[in-house]
Amino acid sequence: MTINLILFLILGVTAVATALGMLFSRNAVYAALFLILNFGTVAVFYLLLDAPFIALTQVTVYAGAIMVLFLFVIMLLGAEQTGRTPSVWWMQPLALGLGAVLLGEALYIIVTQRSLLPVGVTPSASFGTPTIVGELLFNQYLLPFEVTSILLLVAMIGAVVLSKPRV
Amino acid sequence: MLPVAYYIGLSAILFTIGALGVLIRRNPIVIFMSVELMLNSANLAFIAFARAYGEMTGQIFVFFIMTVAAAEVGVGLALIVAIFHTKQSIDVDQMNSLKG
Repeated sequence: MTINLILFLILGVTAVATALGMLFSRNAVYAALFLILNFGTVAVFYLLLDAPFIALTQVTVYAGAIMVLFLFVIMLLGAEQTGRTPSVWWMQPLALGLGAVLLGEALYIIVTQRSLLPVGVTPSASFGTPTIVGELLFNQYLLPFEVTSILLLVAMIGAVVLSKPRV
Repeated sequence: MLPVAYYIGLSAILFTIGALGVLIRRNPIVIFMSVELMLNSANLAFIAFARAYGEMTGQIFVFFIMTVAAAEVGVGLALIVAIFHTKQSIDVDQMNSLKG
């Protein structure tokens, strides 16, 4: 058992446990805090997979900005408690059954089609560094990068218009 | 590097938990968080494949997914706040009409 596998197992168990914690916690604030922990764990996975720039983006954008927005809205609306049962009784059993089918399908395909998956190559020394990410973003992917700025502008205007009181 | 199948398996588990969250939970904010979890599991698969092929394109794609997710959360939470102001409640069972 190599150190990589032990690290993967610990982090994997943490990621699944925090995701389940988010799924089953009654209080939405606890769900958000569990999700922050999950994003942090996934950021460590990105570090293990030679993606330091994406890992730090994950921490600042996801665990930082997005989850702060979530917590802010939860506390603004006072929407912490979610203890209500669904209006139709067969909803939860059906959802659990469908989730089990989805997971079973995915794991079956991964196990049986394992030979089609790539075996890891040794990446070049500059793989995943901010330098190469910046070079790609501003040369090969310049158009998508600029389109993203328009998308963010539209989202910003949309959020302002939606939360404006009706005149 | 560990076999890429490990990471894809973990990604599948996280995606299923996110899908279950969308189906089971009644609070639209928690449903949003579950969508974020599903996006995040897709990101994990992208990064794992980028590492396995030695290709940077997967990482760039994750970068764009994060931007789209941020935009989606901004608009979605604004929608939830607007619905709360009209209905005084954010229960998904009560969101059954397009007009407020």
